[in-house]
Amino acid sequence: MKKLVTGIVGSAALLMSASVGSAATLDDVKAKGEVACGVHTGLAGFAAPDDQGNWKGFDADFCRAVAAAVFGDASKVKFVPTNATERFTALQSGEIDLLARNTTWTLSRDTSLGFNFTGVNYYDGQGFMINAQKLPGINSALQLSGAAVCVQTGTTTELNLADYFRANNMEYNPVVFQGFDETNAAYEAGRCDAYTTDQSGLYALRLTLANPDEHVVLPEIISKEPLGPAVRQGDDQWFDIVKWTLFAMIQAEELGITQANVEEMKGSDNPEIKRVLGQEPESKIGSMLGLENDWIVKVVGGVGNYGEVFERNIGQESPLKIARGLNQLWTKGGVQYAPPVR
Amino acid sequence: MQEHDLSFVRAEMVLAQAAPSRERGLTAWLRKNMFASVTDTILTLLGLFLIAWFLPGFLRWAFVDAQWTGADRTVCATASQGGVQPDGWSGACWAFVNAKFAQFMYGRYTLSERWRVDLTAILFVLLLVPLLIPRFPRKGLNAILLFLVFPFVAFFLLVGGYFGLRYVPTTEWGGLLVTMVLSIVGIAISLPFGIVLALGRRSQMPAIKLICVIFIEVVRGVPLVTVLFLASVMLPLFMPAGMTFDRFLRALVGVVLFASAYMAEVVRGGLQAMPKGQYEGADSLGLSYWQKMNLIILPQALKLVIPGIVNTFIGLFKDTSLVYIIGMFDLLGIVRQNFTDANWASAQTPMSGLLFAGFVFWIFCFGMSRYSIYMERRLDTGQRS
Repeated sequence: MKKLVTGIVGSAALLMSASVGSAATLDDVKAKGEVACGVHTGLAGFAAPDDQGNWKGFDADFCRAVAAAVFGDASKVKFVPTNATERFTALQSGEIDLLARNTTWTLSRDTSLGFNFTGVNYYDGQGFMINAQKLPGINSALQLSGAAVCVQTGTTTELNLADYFRANNMEYNPVVFQGFDETNAAYEAGRCDAYTTDQSGLYALRLTLANPDEHVVLPEIISKEPLGPAVRQGDDQWFDIVKWTLFAMIQAEELGITQANVEEMKGSDNPEIKRVLGQEPESKIGSMLGLENDWIVKVVGGVGNYGEVFERNIGQESPLKIARGLNQLWTKGGVQYAPPVR
Repeated sequence: MQEHDLSFVRAEMVLAQAAPSRERGLTAWLRKNMFASVTDTILTLLGLFLIAWFLPGFLRWAFVDAQWTGADRTVCATASQGGVQPDGWSGACWAFVNAKFAQFMYGRYTLSERWRVDLTAILFVLLLVPLLIPRFPRKGLNAILLFLVFPFVAFFLLVGGYFGLRYVPTTEWGGLLVTMVLSIVGIAISLPFGIVLALGRRSQMPAIKLICVIFIEVVRGVPLVTVLFLASVMLPLFMPAGMTFDRFLRALVGVVLFASAYMAEVVRGGLQAMPKGQYEGADSLGLSYWQKMNLIILPQALKLVIPGIVNTFIGLFKDTSLVYIIGMFDLLGIVRQNFTDANWASAQTPMSGLLFAGFVFWIFCFGMSRYSIYMERRLDTGQRS
């Protein structure tokens, strides 16, 4: 059913893409005075409301970064919460200009749904968690043959799970739920032996378990889940703006430019920093994108560099405490790498 | 004298005496209601056992061990969960509800503009309460104010954009505000609309009858979830680029259509319960169709179906939670959404939040239910056997 719906939505979307895609998104956004940004309806660390109801999180901050690039003001974002099915239509129909909703970049989504992924802002991977008290002695996912596995339906997670067990010739018994809450509750109640979802989700789940110490995350990562922002196909200028916003945040971290020191850094003698911050005479790093030349100053001043956004929302400064891992800079053993800003 | 011949008959009445002790007081009540038979006794003991088993633990969890204030998840988590409570602690996390209370009420409604929501609510209560209490005079003026003037006032106050009020888009609405607006508008429109549909379905005119039957059967035959889903996922694709209907409006229309179709069937039940003589009596007085309906049939028919009508209202009130399908957050939706705030994620948060949401829903539903019982008694004109 889900596939059918996605298929219908996809084909309808393709029919539409010719007419929608030709519009200049940047002009629309400027006319509206805000970036309409599709986010998750609620995912710990990525997009969730704080006590005052403001959207907080890794994806929400990316939306703010794009707004800062366009308007020089990180607050000019209209957050549109979207669920798993709705997200694609919302982008296609023009209800949102940008989808930053921890969406996995896959070939079929990139081609058949009529939009472009602008990069990978978070490298995730699917893992398993088990209750070590209940299943002592299990320390590898390869020992899970015959296990009942809790999984959320309609996601790539479910398909990866099937692939993994088939590839390793193991039996398993999927216990399928619609939402994150129900899946968590079922796992906590002991209805299944193992729980599988993206690792970022496993960290969020641990926060809600009664006895987190009893549960262990198995070492196997069974899938690649590159999560990235997406825009409509057919508007290369907007695609470039969103893509380079992400690169600029990574570049800023690499150069040690932070939210706190960005103003100071404008006077730096380092030619690369001067270039990135648009402080060179006759700088064109903004005008080539249709933006102000100091747009990276606004992005970093508005939300911080990639590392700051990561640590604040999902890293060590947040309750989730996710390690940087693959999302570390390429210079420090990760794979976050930005092409040169010049 | 003759009376003296009958002197064995008592000359004065025996004074009334108190009922025997076994027929009054607590013991009698207990015997009559709790231990009347063996089965009753077993059930009573079982009930008492369940209460004794469940209640102390619940009270302890909900009140004694509960955390009422706090800044983040640490107050609601044990040491091994990364909090400050001793291991093995389990208690309600009312601190979560406390911290998020404003959000549960208003959603993301602009902070500085929330007085507008309060004002709307106060106006509504001031107009509604006198209308509900029979003793208050000037019902006609009151009804005009509530049903004709108030909707416009409420619209301008809540949405804004006119008279110097800031525009607050409906995407920022949420919480109890959304629940109340959806259900009040739904209730206010579905009752008259449902009555018209019910009359149309029983009409002699084929075209009107057909339209009403098709509307009712189609709307009743499709789940609300489906309509909301189609309206949010499919509809935008068929519209010109960039043109979007307000989501809230989509939800409102869906909810109103649904409630109307159900209401029509409830009212039809009342119309069919009227004896034929009532219709014929009205006709024989020479009343027109509308006079007949207004003066004779509807007052009796609606009174008969008060429980059904209120049942539909309560169902509608609770169905508003389905708007989460289209990315709107009613009370339940916003409570659940806040479970994902990592600053408050703990083992106790979901249970506390859901209990709070359940309690608020219960207050409103119970209120409606009690008022309907009161109305039934008041309007009871002796048809009850």
